[in-house]
Amino acid sequence: MSVLIFIDQSEGHIKKASLEALSYGVKVAENLGVGAEGVALGSASEDLAALGQYGVKKIYHVNKATFNHLDAQAFTSVIAEVAQSSGAKVIIFSNNVDGKAIAPGLSVKLKAALVSGAVALPDTANGFVVKKTVFSGKAFANISLNTDVKIIALNPNSYPVSATGSGTAEVVSFDVKTDATKVKVTAVNKVEGEVPLSEADIVVSGGRGLKGPENWGMIEELAKLLGAATACSRPVADAHWRPHHEHVGQTGLAIAPNLYIAIGISGAIQHLAGVNRSKTIVVINKDPEAPFFKAADYGIVGDAFGVVPKLIEEIKKVKGVA
Amino acid sequence: MKILVCISKAPDTTTKIAFTDNNTKFAADAVQWIINPYDEWYALVRAIELKEKDASAVIHLVTVGEADAEPVIRKALALGGDEAIRINASSQDSYYIASQIAEVAKQGAYDLILTGKETIDYNGSCIGGMVAELLNLPYVSLATKLLLNGSNAVITREIEGGEEVCDVALPVLVSCQKGMAEARIPNMRGIMAARTRPLKVVEPVAADNLTSIVSFELPPAKAGVKLVPADNPAELVRLLHEEAKVF
Ligand SMILES: Cc1cc2nc3c(=O)[nH]c(=O)nc-3n(C[C@H](O)[C@H](O)[C@H](O)COP(=O)(O)OP(=O)(O)OC[C@H]3O[C@@H](n4cnc5c(N)ncnc54)[C@H](O)[C@@H]3O)c2cc1C
Ligand SMILES: Nc1ncnc2c1ncn2[C@@H]1O[C@H](COP(=O)(O)O)[C@@H](O)[C@H]1O
Repeated sequence: MSVLIFIDQSEGHIKKASLEALSYGVKVAENLGVGAEGVALGSASEDLAALGQYGVKKIYHVNKATFNHLDAQAFTSVIAEVAQSSGAKVIIFSNNVDGKAIAPGLSVKLKAALVSGAVALPDTANGFVVKKTVFSGKAFANISLNTDVKIIALNPNSYPVSATGSGTAEVVSFDVKTDATKVKVTAVNKVEGEVPLSEADIVVSGGRGLKGPENWGMIEELAKLLGAATACSRPVADAHWRPHHEHVGQTGLAIAPNLYIAIGISGAIQHLAGVNRSKTIVVINKDPEAPFFKAADYGIVGDAFGVVPKLIEEIKKVKGVA
Repeated sequence: MKILVCISKAPDTTTKIAFTDNNTKFAADAVQWIINPYDEWYALVRAIELKEKDASAVIHLVTVGEADAEPVIRKALALGGDEAIRINASSQDSYYIASQIAEVAKQGAYDLILTGKETIDYNGSCIGGMVAELLNLPYVSLATKLLLNGSNAVITREIEGGEEVCDVALPVLVSCQKGMAEARIPNMRGIMAARTRPLKVVEPVAADNLTSIVSFELPPAKAGVKLVPADNPAELVRLLHEEAKVF
């Protein structure tokens, strides 16, 4: 009996969200009094044994280049094989791009209950109940998993990475029958050099209040200073002021950074749905009645064009940047 | 070319979220139901666009829901689609819903099955992957573009920090999000035409529920915003640095 954690490295490095899932899975195992094991697919991009520092004892490595790109169906079948042969009772994913692709299929394959979007450790006092976000972050539901084997997909940014274990993990190569993938990846386009929005600790976001794309210089400068990613409201992306992948909200990306700075965004409910899980929200808006202030921790009522440049100067002082 | 689009009803995006029966039920009484935005804007509209290029294409819509889902599936039919199927069941368990959809899908022998990226109420992002596995089909999730090339689909999908293009032979199941299609609104002609299009109601097959909802809760109320005067951004920086400790 064990907890099996999917180590998501299919895009060349082990993502922060995957380390969160690893830390979470190790804790779940500890609470259940069982061992924590990992499973990684594809050529190892990093030293898997070093993941022992997060408390995982053993890692099954399916070392085939076929699995360097995601094919949900093939990954599902490989992970099912590993889970069955290792006797996993709980299987953990990050609820990120790969987790969303694989966990549902695995749920069917193993006929194991799945909770996706988990935000807390399972409550095992009375059955096996996991808290997850529902209604786009506007509420939580406590979900009971009613099967013997259980799958949890943990929301990014809802459990801290903790490197408390010591030593190295034993990496065991695991051979699988599955070899063919049906989904052939023909091109990968990554935004180079920028912090990916979904992984960013700090996000600086602009709305229609900024009037036009030519005014994004100060947003980018502020973001760069803070090591932040940039985001925007939907009308801004629709008007092509900013690229589509920056659109956050109900119909865009849902994010949960430590700090979200909203500049010239009114705070419509559909926008909030994508950002309301942020730990700290700062709003800069010239309208004191803007709904965003109700969801904010800190705010400045003022003209962005006056406030933001001054803010940049003050942060430079704190950071010791000339 | 036969396309199946999975349509879910969802509470209007401005709905106030509240619960009843000792926080075990969503207070759905006064709720205005809409087509789940991802299903409408991306999955359904892309299917319609594909049909506009290939008149021989057939679009079926499927929803798992009780009578209260009927206006929503009718509205979807008014946007486009040749026939709709409502599976007369209600469940919040993804496995149960997916089992129902898979049953309909098996009978229709579809080349392409489209779902939205997720429902905006229970946010599982699960149904697509489950239906694909039940049908033993490849699954491409979080797609932002979908083109057909003979008997293959060329799909662009989201990855962390970018996107990738992939090629897969039909049949395939694709979950759709922003980028997929151009927005459109139903016109009067569509609405009139939809009245004559068939809406079949079928009874569910036996399937298990693997999960159940124990209770709901609302997030704790925010302490309230701390306002800083516009001429003193230094104070904001101090608060973020020393109090919130975010940088
Ligand atoms: C089904 C549905 C889904 C949607 N999904 C999304 C979504 O995912 N994401 C999203 O963002 N929206 C979404 N929307 C749209 C949403 O309802 C709002 O229309 C949108 O968020 C408004 O964007 P905004 O705040 O940038 O613009 P506006 O509402 O126009 O607000 C601009 C703000 O800027 C302020 N401002 C103006 N000038 C200045 C200045 N000089 N300095 C400081 N502040 C200034 C104004 O006071 C105002 O508050 C959705 C809508 C629907 C119906
Ligand atoms: N009851 C339902 N009937 C038909 N399709 C559904 C239903 N629920 C979800 N779907 C489809 O599955 C997608 C993902 O839903 P979910 O897994 O609930 O987030 C939705 O965008 C719909 O396309």
